Amino acid sequence: MNGLHDMGGMDGFGPVVPERDEPIFHAEWERRAFALVLAMAPHGKWTLDGARFAREKLSPADQLNKTYYERWLEACVDLMLETGLLSRHEIETGKPDPALPRATPALTGEAVLPALMRGSSARVDADIAPRFAVGQRVRARNTHPTGHTRLPRYARGREGVVSIDHGVFILPDTNAVMAGQSPQHVYAVRFSANELWGGRGNARDCVLVDLWDEYLEPVGD
Amino acid sequence: MAGHDDHGHDHDTHDDGHDHIPSEVVLRVKALESLLIEKGLVDPAALDALIDTYENRIGPRNGAAVVARAWTDPAYRERLLADGSAAIAEFGYTGRQGEDMVVVENSATVHNLVVCTLCSCYPWPVLGLPPAWYKSQAYRSRAVIDPRGVLADFGLVLDDDVEIRVWDSTAELRYLVLPERPAGSEHLDEAALAALVGRDAMIGVAKVSLPGAGA
Repeated sequence: MNGLHDMGGMDGFGPVVPERDEPIFHAEWERRAFALVLAMAPHGKWTLDGARFAREKLSPADQLNKTYYERWLEACVDLMLETGLLSRHEIETGKPDPALPRATPALTGEAVLPALMRGSSARVDADIAPRFAVGQRVRARNTHPTGHTRLPRYARGREGVVSIDHGVFILPDTNAVMAGQSPQHVYAVRFSANELWGGRGNARDCVLVDLWDEYLEPVGD
Repeated sequence: MAGHDDHGHDHDTHDDGHDHIPSEVVLRVKALESLLIEKGLVDPAALDALIDTYENRIGPRNGAAVVARAWTDPAYRERLLADGSAAIAEFGYTGRQGEDMVVVENSATVHNLVVCTLCSCYPWPVLGLPPAWYKSQAYRSRAVIDPRGVLADFGLVLDDDVEIRVWDSTAELRYLVLPERPAGSEHLDEAALAALVGRDAMIGVAKVSLPGAGA
C-alpha cells in the first residue's frame, strides 16, 4: 500500500537527532509492550510480514503521532482482534470472556532464549531458478499494490543493476495475508543516486535495495 | 480453568518505580498485559526473559567482537564478507532478526550506510535493539536521498570522491558495516580493538577512531 510508512526520499522531517547514552527502553511500559508483541507472535496467527502490514494500516495520523512501541502495540491489538485471539468486549472490559476456553502460552519463559537464538529465517531451501543474473540491468516495476509490499515507492520504475543474488526467500506480499510463501530470489539491486533523485546529491552515491524477483523486469525489451 | 474465578483479580500495581500518574498508554499496556496473562495467551516469565535478553544480554558489544576479529584475522574477515551469517554464528550470535546477515566493508573509497526506509529492520543479534534515531522518520526518509546530510548530522563529513552506498533493508537480509580499522591501532589486541568499536560505526553513521585522536 502507498502508506505513510514508505518514507524513503521524503523531505521535511528535520535533522536526525541521536540521543546521548540512550537507554534500551525509555519507560517500563515500553519494555512490557515490546515483550507482549514478541510473546504473542509464536501463536502463529500472523506472520512477521503480517505484523508489518498491520503497522502500515494504522492511520497516517497515528503513524506520525504515536510513539514506536505504541504503534507496535496498536497493530498487535488489531491482529489479535482480527484473528479472534481477543474480542473487543474483552479489551473494553479488561476481563477474559468466561465463555472462551483458557489458552496456553505459545512461548514459555524457558523457551525464550532458545527461540530467539534459533530465529526464523525467511530463506527457503528450494531449487528455484533466478530470472536475473548479477550484473544485469533491471527495472523495478511501476506497480502500486493496495496490499503489503516491500518495493519502496522511490525505486518503482527506476533502473538499476543486480549487485547480489541473495538466494530464495518468502515473498512478503503473499505471506503477510497468509496467502502462501511464493518463494523466489531476492537481489540487492543497485540504483545510482542520479537515477533515483534526478541529480540531487552526489552522482557517485547509490542505494542498494533488496528486491524480490517479481518486483523486477528486464531492461531493453 | 475457566476465566470466571479470575474475576476479582486486581489489575492495579504500583510497583514499577514510576510515581507519577500513569498516562493512558501506561494503563492500556498494563490492562492488556493482565488480560493476556489471564487468558493464558502469555506467560509472564516469557515477558521477563524477553526484556532481560534485549536489555542485558544482546547488544553492540557482539558486533564489536565480530569487527575486531575481522581486523585481526584475515581468514576470518574473508569468511565474514563471503558468508556473514556463518562467520557471525562462530561467535554464537544467531537468531531473530539476524538469521541472514550480510557484512559490507568500508574502505578509503567506499562508505556503507544501513537504513530501513519501510520500518525499522536492524541486525538484533549483533547490535541489539535499534536506537530511537534509527527508527525515526527523519533518518528513514533522508538516509536514501541525502546520506551526506544525515552523516553531517552525526558530525561525519566524507570527501566528495568517497562513494556512499546506502543499503535499504527492504527484505530479510540484515546488514552490518565493517568499519575501517583506525590508523595507529596496530599495537592494540583484539579485545582493545573491540572496545573502540561503537554501534554507530557498524550502522555506518560514524567512523571508528582512537581515543584522543581528532576525527
